[in-house]
Amino acid sequence: MPKIVAFTIDGKKCQAAAGTLLVAAAVENGVYIPTLCNYPGIPPKGACRICTVRINGRLATACTTRVLPDMEVLAITPELEEFRASVVEILFAEGNHLCPSCEKSGSCELQALGYRYRMRAPRFPYAFPKRGVEAWHPKILKDHNRCILCKRCIRGIQNAQGKSLFAFGKRGDRLVINIDPETSRDASDDLVRLAVEMCPVGAILRKGQGFDVPIGRRKFDRMQIGSDISPQGGS
Amino acid sequence: MSRKIVIEPLTRVEGHGKVTIHLDDQGEVVQSRLHIVEFRGFERFVQGRPYWEAPVLVQRLCGICPVSHHLAAAKAMDVIVGAGTGDGLTPTAEKMRRLMHYGQIFQSHSLHFFHLASPDLLFGYDSPPETRNVIGVIMANRELATQAVLMRKYGQEIIAATAGKKIHGTGAVPGGINKNLSIAERDVLLKGPHPMNADAMVRYAQGALDFFKDYYSKHKEFIDNFSRFPSNHLSLVRPDGALDFYDGVLRAVDADGRKILHDVECQDYLAHIREEVRSWTYMKFPYLRHLGPEKGWYRVGPLARLNTADFVPSPLAQEEFEAFRKVTGGRPNDMCMHTHWARLIETLHAAEMIRDLLRDADLQGSDLVVRGKREAEGVGIIEAPRGTLFHHYRVSPDDQIVMANLIVSTTNNNEPMNRAVNNVARALMTKAKEITEGMMNAVEVAIRAYDPCLSCATHAYGSMALAVSLCDASGNVIAQRTR
Ligand code: SF4
Ligand code: FES
Repeated sequence: MPKIVAFTIDGKKCQAAAGTLLVAAAVENGVYIPTLCNYPGIPPKGACRICTVRINGRLATACTTRVLPDMEVLAITPELEEFRASVVEILFAEGNHLCPSCEKSGSCELQALGYRYRMRAPRFPYAFPKRGVEAWHPKILKDHNRCILCKRCIRGIQNAQGKSLFAFGKRGDRLVINIDPETSRDASDDLVRLAVEMCPVGAILRKGQGFDVPIGRRKFDRMQIGSDISPQGGS
Repeated sequence: MSRKIVIEPLTRVEGHGKVTIHLDDQGEVVQSRLHIVEFRGFERFVQGRPYWEAPVLVQRLCGICPVSHHLAAAKAMDVIVGAGTGDGLTPTAEKMRRLMHYGQIFQSHSLHFFHLASPDLLFGYDSPPETRNVIGVIMANRELATQAVLMRKYGQEIIAATAGKKIHGTGAVPGGINKNLSIAERDVLLKGPHPMNADAMVRYAQGALDFFKDYYSKHKEFIDNFSRFPSNHLSLVRPDGALDFYDGVLRAVDADGRKILHDVECQDYLAHIREEVRSWTYMKFPYLRHLGPEKGWYRVGPLARLNTADFVPSPLAQEEFEAFRKVTGGRPNDMCMHTHWARLIETLHAAEMIRDLLRDADLQGSDLVVRGKREAEGVGIIEAPRGTLFHHYRVSPDDQIVMANLIVSTTNNNEPMNRAVNNVARALMTKAKEITEGMMNAVEVAIRAYDPCLSCATHAYGSMALAVSLCDASGNVIAQRTR
C-alpha cells in the first residue's frame, strides 16, 4: 500500500498516493488543472507550461511535480489563468491554426482551451510561419502548420521495438517533428489511430479519413474542456 | 467630351462589383462593363492540402451557398476515392446529400426572392431606396415577409440536420456522408409544429408563386421585356432529361431550343467548356468550346435550368413548369425577369423533394461511405442556386491537391450579366445628362436577376453603399453621387 498524503489545492483538502503526479492527483480529487503537452499514461515532459501552478508560493508545472505531504497548491487564480490564456494565444499566433478547415476542429485541445479562455482579438502578432505538409507516408499525414511541439507523439507512439515513430528535425525555432521513415515503416492502423488521437491538435492525420465524426459528436461539442473533471474548472 | 459613369458597389448583391458605363461625345453608350474588383485565390491555396479537406475548406468561398461548394468538392473527391461519379454512393449517402442540397436551394432561393428581389417587384425599381428594401417589404406585406423568414429558417434547419450546422458544416466526405438522419431529426422537419414542417413549406412556396404570378399579370410589359435578350442556356439534367440540382449530365440549348451540348459526362467538361480571360477583369468568361467565345457563351441558373430540362420530377412544380413553358410555346425563355418565376418554381420543387425525401427510410440507413480504386483526378459538378458550379481537382499519389479549377455560377453568368447591363444602359442612359437613382437601380435590377454571388465569383466581399462617379475620357472624376 503506497502512503496516502494530504495536501490542498486552492484551499480544498485533497488526498493522493505519495508520488502521484500533481495533475493526476488533482483529477482524483475532482480538480481540473489545464494541460496540453501532458497525456495520461506517458512520461511527462513539461513542454507547454500551461499547467503551471503555485506550490507553497513557487511556480511549478503540475504535470512534472509529484505530490508531497502538506503541499499548498494554488491552481486556478486570476494570475495563473491569465498566464494560461497567454500561453494559448501565443501558440495560436506562433503556428498556422486555421480551425475552419481543420478536421480536428471540435476535438482539438488547443481550440478547446481557446474557447475556455475566451480568446478573441489577438494580443500577439501572428507569425504566419512558412511550414509545409509531410505527405509521403502511406498512412500518416503530418501538418507542420499545426504542430505545437508538445512531443506527445515522440513520447507516446512507439513501434514494436519500442522506437518512436516520430523524430526531431532541425533546431531552435525551426524545430519540427517529422515522421521517422525507418521506425514508421510498418505502422499498424491502430497505432496510427492512436497517434491521431494523442496529438492534441490536427498535426497528425490519418490519410483519407477526415471529417468522419459529424458535428455534434466531436469531443468538445457538448462540453467545455475539463468540465468532466470539475464543472467550473479548478475545484 | 465623353463620360464614364461608375456605379459601385452594387447594393443587395452578395459581394462587391462595380459598373462602368462609357459615353461618347454625343452621349451614346459605347460600352458598359461589370467589374469584379477582388480576387481571393482559393484555387491557389487548396494546393498542397490533403484532398479530403477540400469539401470543408472550399465552402468558405461563400457564406450564402457554402453547401454547393461543399457538395461539388465532395463529388469530385468521390471520383478521387473511387466511389464513382454519382451512382456509386450508398442510398443513404446520396439521399442525405440531396436533402442537404434541396435545403440549400430552398433557403437560398427564398432569401433571394424575398430579401433581394421582391423589394423591386413590390415597389418598382425607381422607387426611393428608403422603402425599396427588405424592411419595406415587411412594412408592406407582413405575411409575405414572415413566410420568407420561416422558409429560409426551414432550409437552414435541413442543412443543420444533414451537415451538422447551418453554415459551413461537414456532412459530405469523400465517398459518402458522415451521418444519417435520426428519426427524431426527421420528425422535427417532417411534422414540426406549424409552419415549420414540410407540408407548410410546400404551401408557402406555392404562395410565393401566386404572389409572383399576380404581379406578372399586372406588370406583364416590364417582366417580359426588361433586359430581355437571346442566349444559350446550360445546366445539368438527369440523364432522362429531368431537372436535377445534384447530379446528371451537361446539356446546353441555343436560343431556339436546339441542343448544342448533348448530355455530356461531367468528367469530360474540359473537352466542351473553355474560359476566356479579358484584360479588364479578374473574372473569366466561359463558353462552349466548339462554338467559340462569340457564339458559345451561355446563361446558367434557374431560367437556364428550366430551358434545358424536359420536365420537373415533382407533380406540383411540374404543373407550374408547364404553365411557364406555355408562355414561350415551349421555346427557350430569354426574358431576364422570368428568372424570378423560374426560381420560385424551383423553390416549390425543392420543397416537394424535401417532403418526399424525409419520408424515405433510406435516410436512416447506416451504410455511409464507399471506397474503390484511387484516382488522380476528379470533377464534381452541381447545380448551385445560382447555376452550374464546376469543381475540378488533381491529387498527387501522396494525397495532396496539386491542381484545382473552380468555375462558379456567377462566372458562368459573366457574359450574360455584362450583356444585361449593356442593354439597360443603352435603353436608359443614352443621351442622359444626369444619372437618376432609377437608372442606377435599373442596372442593378438587371444584374440582380442573375442573383450573382459576387463574393463567391470574385471571392471578395464589400460594403453595401452605392457610389456613382462620372469620369471623362481620360478617367478624371467630373461628378460624384453617393447614397
Ligand atoms: S505532432 Fe501533435 S503530438 Fe506531435 S508534437 Fe506536434 S502537436 Fe504534439
Ligand atoms: S501540461 Fe504541464 S507543461 Fe504542458
